[in-house]
Amino acid sequence: MIGVELRKLVLRPRMWLSVFLLCALPTLVAIFLATADFPPPRGQGGAFLNAVLRNGSLYPAAALALVLPVFLPLAVAVLAGDSVAGESASGTLRYLLSRPVGRSRLLVAKLIALGAFIVLAIALVVITALATGVALFGTGAEAVGQPGAITSLSGATLGPGALAMRLLGTIGYIVVSMLGFGVIALFFSTLTDSGLGAALGALAVLITSSVLETLDAAAPIKPYLPTNYWLAWIDFFRDPIFWHSINKGLLLQAGYIVVFFGAAWANFSTKDVTS
Amino acid sequence: MIVTRRLSKRFDRVLAVDSVDLHVREGDRYGFLGPNGSGKTTLVRMLLGLVYATSGEIEVLGRPVPKRVAEVLPEVGALVEGPAAYPHLSGRRNLALLDAAGPGSDRRTRRHRVDEALERVGLAGIDRRPVRAYSLGMRQRLGLAGALLRKPRLLILDEPTNALDPQGIREVRELLIHLNRAGTTVFLSSHLLAEVEQLCTRVGIVDRGRLVLEQELTDLRTPTGRVLIDTPDAAAAVALLDGQLELRDGDHLVVRHPDPAALNTLLVNAGMRITGFTPERRTLEQVVLDVTSTGSDRVDRINPHGGGAL
Repeated sequence: MIGVELRKLVLRPRMWLSVFLLCALPTLVAIFLATADFPPPRGQGGAFLNAVLRNGSLYPAAALALVLPVFLPLAVAVLAGDSVAGESASGTLRYLLSRPVGRSRLLVAKLIALGAFIVLAIALVVITALATGVALFGTGAEAVGQPGAITSLSGATLGPGALAMRLLGTIGYIVVSMLGFGVIALFFSTLTDSGLGAALGALAVLITSSVLETLDAAAPIKPYLPTNYWLAWIDFFRDPIFWHSINKGLLLQAGYIVVFFGAAWANFSTKDVTS
Repeated sequence: MIVTRRLSKRFDRVLAVDSVDLHVREGDRYGFLGPNGSGKTTLVRMLLGLVYATSGEIEVLGRPVPKRVAEVLPEVGALVEGPAAYPHLSGRRNLALLDAAGPGSDRRTRRHRVDEALERVGLAGIDRRPVRAYSLGMRQRLGLAGALLRKPRLLILDEPTNALDPQGIREVRELLIHLNRAGTTVFLSSHLLAEVEQLCTRVGIVDRGRLVLEQELTDLRTPTGRVLIDTPDAAAAVALLDGQLELRDGDHLVVRHPDPAALNTLLVNAGMRITGFTPERRTLEQVVLDVTSTGSDRVDRINPHGGGAL
């Protein structure tokens, strides 16, 4: 069943379109940055953008920062929201279940396909961003005097190997963050026959969480908001890596995955499939 | 093959299925008849473990459902409330994915089985067009192919000839009879009387969630005591059959007579020329109309003063 879900994922034109759009945004930004007459002056503007302009191999990190707040969660919400609700609306759910595919098994396969989509989307964003970054901004050899080396946010110099490790850490962290969010959409997807409704519900959670994060009065619940540690991956680019928020973020997302997947399972395995 | 005991299902305030005792025997071609909204589809869904019963028991292929439904379903082919497929994929790919999704599907024989199922339902020459571009009838055939993929012992079909043209309906009927002769039990739910009358050996009639009748089709179609006669000597026959005649329409007579054989002898001995002689039997339609009420898609005005239906 897992293989079937993965095949269905890659056979879906909509999925490739959303990945394409995710890759297009950072590329577009890179082109604007490279052709602008007024790059942000040294020491001002976003720390990342500044570093990126000097070294294109850091651009993948900037690209992730661009897609993370809205576009990546949007794509995840649409896919996860559609996962059960879409099958239900099109009627294929009743044929899968009477094939038979166990309900728990189907839900696990959906979760794995969701994870595969997130990994694929992020990997492709990183690869295209690396290509455009290096092509448009160079590898920074001129600036630091050492080929392939870049400067971390803390000022120390990172070699290409260390950079690759940190980028992998970043990708892993964002995958977990998105999975934590996607599971919320998956839960909503078991509640309704409308994939759109489930996706919108998950986006409402995202927006509420983002709003509460900026609200001082909501400080007591802030550490439990799903979006709270999303940007903690920036700490991978400090030297030494600042693990505190990263660990808390991973723990929080694990909690969301367990709670919402559990809720999705409890609902789906006892529900009457009448569509 | 299928046994239910006091099976009921309540959706909020509506009792969709009301203590139904169903008996489908091995080798039956069972027609499950009822007006729209009488609970047919809900019952079919319960047999497949899609909807959970409020109370009562279900046994399919001798095993309890939904408890051991995972053992039952690999031997069951189903078509429930219209076919469904992924619209952006081809029919072949849809069948292959469905086959791969469940247990007991051998990857090596999959292609062969998919081709065979398509052949059976008359889609052998299907190309790589996505299902989106299929006509309704083609989708219906594809749905049937999905039900036949694993050569099931029991076919549970909900309105299988929907959207098919007369030629297609006949093909499906012949296919089902053929499969039945080869040992497949067919459980067919329908509101089309003609379909059930031509295909089934046994019928169950459901009305407002209750099973009101379950019998062999031949036992249902009892003689009405009337005989339909065609004769060019109608005027003479009318004189002869005075008192027993119910209707005359030109050369066509309807006569009430307890013994068709005796009637025939009487007419022939009197020198009448008979071109048609048919003892009338109850039609399935008459049986159904006798035991069911109006379908739930008809909504009559409730008399606000009297409190009852008008």
